[in-house]
Amino acid sequence: MKPKEMKSWDVEKVRKDFPVLQREVNGKPLVYLDNAASAHVPQVVIDRGSKYLAEEHSNVHRGVHYLSQHATNAFEAAREKVKRFINARESAECIFVRGCTEGVNLVASSYGRRFINEGDEILVTQMEHHSNIVPWQAIAEERGARVRMVPINTRGEIIIEEYEAMLNERTRMVAVSHVSNSLGTVNPVKEMTATAHKFGVPVCVDAAQSVPHFPVDVQDLDADFFVFSGHKMFAPTGSGVAYGKREWLDKMPPYQTGGGMIRTVSFEKTTYAPIPEKFEAGTPAIAAAIGLGAAIDYINGLDFKAAAEYEHSLLEYATERLADIPEVTIIGTAAEKASVLSFTIEGIHPHDIGTILDQQGIAIRAGHHCAQPVMNFFDVPATARASFAFYNTREEVDKLADAIQKVIEVFA
Amino acid sequence: MSELNELYQETILEHNKNPRNFREIDDADKKAFGNNPLCGDALQVFVKMDGDTVGDVAFKGSGCAISKASASMMTQAVKGKTRDEADELFDEFHKMVTGEIDIESDDTQLGKLRVFAGVLEFPARVKCASLSWHTLNAALHEKEEISTE
Repeated sequence: MKPKEMKSWDVEKVRKDFPVLQREVNGKPLVYLDNAASAHVPQVVIDRGSKYLAEEHSNVHRGVHYLSQHATNAFEAAREKVKRFINARESAECIFVRGCTEGVNLVASSYGRRFINEGDEILVTQMEHHSNIVPWQAIAEERGARVRMVPINTRGEIIIEEYEAMLNERTRMVAVSHVSNSLGTVNPVKEMTATAHKFGVPVCVDAAQSVPHFPVDVQDLDADFFVFSGHKMFAPTGSGVAYGKREWLDKMPPYQTGGGMIRTVSFEKTTYAPIPEKFEAGTPAIAAAIGLGAAIDYINGLDFKAAAEYEHSLLEYATERLADIPEVTIIGTAAEKASVLSFTIEGIHPHDIGTILDQQGIAIRAGHHCAQPVMNFFDVPATARASFAFYNTREEVDKLADAIQKVIEVFA
Repeated sequence: MSELNELYQETILEHNKNPRNFREIDDADKKAFGNNPLCGDALQVFVKMDGDTVGDVAFKGSGCAISKASASMMTQAVKGKTRDEADELFDEFHKMVTGEIDIESDDTQLGKLRVFAGVLEFPARVKCASLSWHTLNAALHEKEEISTE
């Protein structure tokens, strides 16, 4: 670890921004290491949501009155913030959704109904979260296509040669996570996208675990679709984004239909609004979207590159600490990782680990992490998973390592 | 750590390490699968009836310490009981882990199974303790598969 990097990140100052980090759990100061499941919300984001609800709320895109116009402006300003945050070409390419799962469903269903046909193939990697597997299986079944699994190696990395060999003239989509939620692997999405494009195949990136951890640029990645949740990046639940290139979105049919997404309706013929409204039927989660905008402002107010470097040094430190415990096996040892440290302890079920850590105020996740194919590949029923954010500390990593020792003692 | 000690009592840790009746019964006349998809706990319960009595009962599978110890102690508790008696015990066990009866004052047949009363303080783990019982119940009543979610 380079001391210079540590100095540029004042973690104690940042921790004060997050009210929940000041509380105790089970009589101990909260050590929150479940950021991959959901991250916490800074006071400025809470305040922005409260202010909207207290003073600005109305429905968007339909009223002529003051509040409706005000709410519309705030909602669209949030979209503009999203556009800049991921460097989309235009804000219309950023569709507000309820979260990453809804985003993948939108892309799979809408793209699939227009572009996937009988005999076609969809490539999905073995390390995907269920939310980037099941929507593709569902549309494949509906359209008579098939999902093919791109395998991983024992470090938890995509086997790129296999991936490249699987691309062919029948491939209609590549679905890949930017960062694996169960293994922490950072996938070479830019390179994979470039290869897919040689076959004219678009790529759908599940970015749920990347956007909270390092800066992203959809144009640099050349991703066709890029989907993420707000609640993993310090915004409220119910916010999320499905980015898609206009050239695809314009050709895709609506995902849901109803109010807000139409141009004209008659019983003879209904026409749809342009993007993004075409994909935003009904009243959206306005407060959540505005909260996402506030979370982006918060991130932009930090030195996000310094945050990413600090967080990475924390992951490396935690990896060293846990690797020193002989009973611990780390699952996922890719060369490029972010945030996530999955592990097992010989002879102790992850749920028992989770319960005993919780009694010491340490929140981790225990289970299959909605990635059963990954669990099967590593031949474990479940793992314990610590996942870090830029507000975690080295002291918290030490507490984790000490608590793991206690778990081992209880079961000795 | 006081609550923890109540959950991970010596008896539970010991049964987790050395589960009783942890085997298959080849000529079982009743069996059922139980799984908790949220945590990946999965087990199979085998029953060999002797008339209306549980002649032999065993289990296989994988799970956390609570689910394994609970299954182990369950097999000991119901062996030799009639189906009705086993049902009654299941009912009492279920009421204990969901807080509907007080093991200190209420008169029950639970005996050693009372070590699982501590689960009440750990809502996320109640299903771990009751999975094997639900699975036994399914086996005794000819249901093939149950799932606690």
